[in-house]
Amino acid sequence: MKAARIFWTGFVLHFKNLSASPFMMTTAAIWPLVYATLAFLMFRATHQAPSLLYAALGAAVMGIWSTTATSAGGAIQQQRWWGILEILVAAPTRLILVLAPITVAIAAIGVYSIGSTLLWGRLLFGVPLHVSHPLLFAVSIPAAVLSIGLLGLLLASTFVLYRSASHLSQALEYPIWTITGMLIPLSLLPGWVGPIAWALAPTWGMRAVRRAAIGGDVGTPLLVCAALSVAYTILAALLLHHFERLARDRATLSLT
Amino acid sequence: MIEAIELCRTYRTSTGVLRRKPLEVEAVRGISFAVEQGELFGLLGPNGAGKTTTIKMLITLLLPTSGQARVLGRDVVEDARDVRKRIGYVFGGDRGLYERLSALDNLRYFAELYGVSGKAQRRRIDEVLELVGLKGRESERVEGYSRGMRQRLHIARGILHDPEVVFLDEPTIGVDPVGARELRGTIGDLISAGKTVLLTTHYMFEADALCDRIAVIAKGRIVGEGTPAELKAGVADGRVTEIEVFGVDDATVERLRALEGVTAVAVEEHDQRQLLVVQTAAERELTAPLLAQLDGIAVGRVGSREPTLEDAYVALVGGE
Repeated sequence: MKAARIFWTGFVLHFKNLSASPFMMTTAAIWPLVYATLAFLMFRATHQAPSLLYAALGAAVMGIWSTTATSAGGAIQQQRWWGILEILVAAPTRLILVLAPITVAIAAIGVYSIGSTLLWGRLLFGVPLHVSHPLLFAVSIPAAVLSIGLLGLLLASTFVLYRSASHLSQALEYPIWTITGMLIPLSLLPGWVGPIAWALAPTWGMRAVRRAAIGGDVGTPLLVCAALSVAYTILAALLLHHFERLARDRATLSLT
Repeated sequence: MIEAIELCRTYRTSTGVLRRKPLEVEAVRGISFAVEQGELFGLLGPNGAGKTTTIKMLITLLLPTSGQARVLGRDVVEDARDVRKRIGYVFGGDRGLYERLSALDNLRYFAELYGVSGKAQRRRIDEVLELVGLKGRESERVEGYSRGMRQRLHIARGILHDPEVVFLDEPTIGVDPVGARELRGTIGDLISAGKTVLLTTHYMFEADALCDRIAVIAKGRIVGEGTPAELKAGVADGRVTEIEVFGVDDATVERLRALEGVTAVAVEEHDQRQLLVVQTAAERELTAPLLAQLDGIAVGRVGSREPTLEDAYVALVGGE
């Protein structure tokens, strides 16, 4: 209960802080439109309305991941620049409860991209916005956001120790949205990509969002997405515990 | 309340681009001291002396390379989380706050991180805002705050959870004189409220005005410890001669230092003139030999005065 309170307070603070950044908001709302335009032009060739919605949702979730990949690492580094990382580490709260709200808030900022992408698709490309299971759609969106935020947390845990590790998450931007089937269906990718894709929670989050909108079994991908998200959280907690001690030993908390 | 025993910290880094050579920097070399309950203890020293490294080991942000430290009887390495619950940490400068948010948002967040329960939060935030003189300004964004206001907000954040021990790392650095005076008042209030405070500063008058006891650090070692009066007494049997000069060079200063009976020489730059502060043994009258060494240099006012804490500091640090 106390942990949930800390998480929620942190999430609200960081969401508010990020929303107050014009750069962040512009990036979150406009960047995905580029993906969306490319996706619409590619998928329009099939002349099938569901394909356009499939592409629209893929582009929107790509926007969430792009924001997270580029900002999660930057966010930890930014806490360092602001001189806050040391204060956060010096607090008696476990580091996982301090950092998880930051990466989840960043992913949540990406939700703006869903609105802008769907609106863009509707106005410019006539994408139908009919959703098969509105309730499940409403559940699968936060599940996908949370899974992306927690994958961001897993990557961000290394940023506490390694100042340059944020470049790693930026380098993972394209591979992740390719492997998780955000734009290209997994069936079109080589077979060896499959196991990697299944280990990534956003794959299942994306699948849940699409099935809730277009039709199909939503429960299974939602459950797998939740299970993987829990696994990421546990792994991130272990890594953070280890990296925090190393950072105290190597004196990297205050370095910029 | 605070105990450091032979505390050492070495930083390991490397130099070079292609052929990297390991480099070790000994920032703290065997520091020992103890701070009693309700005491305001000062760590005084020049930049790079090891003050901040010492404080960071005590607040659990850095692991000591060797030695031991305990805060409220708890080991700073083994019982880090327990120590963190009971201490407050405030550092100087502009950073360390969420600028785009209000002071209230900042305080609410840190209250949560420091385990201040929901019911007590509102009351405690009001109390600390009142204490640091920011009541009525808490809804404004921090980016609009002056440096002094930010520093007072830092103190409010550091004492939100009502810690028994507060660590203040150069809290008045960069703050204007009026703001610094207000901050010193706030630090005095912390002592009145029963807190134990460890303060680092390189402002002599600040240490003199606030601290019950002072440890002077230079090059990672404690070179003097005592009350401000005791430290001053260490140079009280000496004399201080101040000589105003125009265009003194390093070689001349070295010649003055080499004179028999001279214990320390400091040079204060004032635009085109310099003030030579020369400490000498009490029994020696050295004004004439000193002036003889300044032959060919324009000399202005010459005078002597009682030693201050700054003179004690120069005598202690200058020897290192």
